[in-house]
Amino acid sequence: MGLLDKQFNNGNVVITSIDNLLNWARLSSLWGMQFGLACCAIEMMATGASHYDLDRFGIFFRATPRQSDVMIVAGTVTLKMAERIKRLYDQMAEPRYVLSMGSCSNCGGPYWEHGYHVLKGVDRVVPVDVYVPGCPPRPEALIEGLIKLQEKIRSESLIKKSA
Amino acid sequence: MTAKEISEKVRGQFGDAVKDAKVEGVVQPFIKISPESLLNICTFLRDDAELQLDYLMCLSGMDYGKGVLGVVYNIASITKKHKITLKVEVSAEKPEVPSVAKVWPSAVWHEREAYDLIGITFTGHPDLRRILLPEDWVGHPLRKDFKVPEFYNGMKVPY
Repeated sequence: MGLLDKQFNNGNVVITSIDNLLNWARLSSLWGMQFGLACCAIEMMATGASHYDLDRFGIFFRATPRQSDVMIVAGTVTLKMAERIKRLYDQMAEPRYVLSMGSCSNCGGPYWEHGYHVLKGVDRVVPVDVYVPGCPPRPEALIEGLIKLQEKIRSESLIKKSA
Repeated sequence: MTAKEISEKVRGQFGDAVKDAKVEGVVQPFIKISPESLLNICTFLRDDAELQLDYLMCLSGMDYGKGVLGVVYNIASITKKHKITLKVEVSAEKPEVPSVAKVWPSAVWHEREAYDLIGITFTGHPDLRRILLPEDWVGHPLRKDFKVPEFYNGMKVPY
C-alpha cells in the first residue's frame, strides 16, 4: 500500500481530517486579547487568575491584537471606545472571535435608555460569537461562554462556514 | 472657624460680591458670590492667615434649568480643618466663569470636565478642551436641553 504502511508498530500515527486537526488546535489555544473596559474586566481577571485558572483551557492573554485569537469585550462600550474596539478587531489575524461579556457590551445594560455615550451592544461595530449575560457575569459564566466558543470552533469546517 | 465666621469674614472684605449665604441649619453651608469677583475671593480665601482654604475638594458644573448654569466649589483647609462651599451662577447664553486654576491647580481637570459636560467656559484656563468625550462630539450632554444624537460617526446611539 502506501509509504507508511506497516512502518510503525506502536500505533503512534494519528489519522484525522484536517478540519478536526485545525479546529482542535484553534480551540485548545484561544489566546485572548488583554484589555478590559469596566467592572466585567475585574471578573475576567479573576477568571484568569489561579483560582479559576483560564490557562488550563489554553487561554491566556496577549497584550497585542496581532497575537490574539479571541477578544473578550468585558465592560461598557462607550462610543469613544467603540471606534478603538473596531480598530483593534481589524488588527486581529483571522480566524478571530469575539466574546461579549456582560449586559453592557451585550445590549447597553443599565445605560440602554439614558446612556448618551454608550454603544447599545458591541455587535453594532464587530460581529459577536458568544454573548455572556450577567452584571457582571461570574467567572463560571465566562468559562461557560468560552467553552461554548470552543464548541462553536469544533464544528467549523474549511469547506463551508457553519452558522 | 465655623461656616458663619468664614461667611462674615468674606462679607466684610467683599460686601456686595456676596449675593446670598446659607451657613446655619443646612447640611452644606454655602456662600453665593458674583462671578466677577470670584478670583479675588478665591485668592483671599486661600491666602488669608485665618482661613488658609488651600484645598479644592471638588468643582461641579450645574444646570439649574430655565437658562441658569452654575459652578459649585467645595473648598477646605487642611491645616485649619474647616470648609466652605462657594456657588456662582451664570446665564446659559453667556456661560463664562473665571478659571480658578491659578489659585488651586487641581481645578484644571475639574474645569475641563465642567466645560465638557455642561459647557461652561472658564476664562483664563490654561488648556480648556474636552476631557471625557471624544474631541469631535457636538454639544454638552449634561445640559437639560441636550438631545441625544441619532448617530455618532456612523454608529446608532439610541437603543
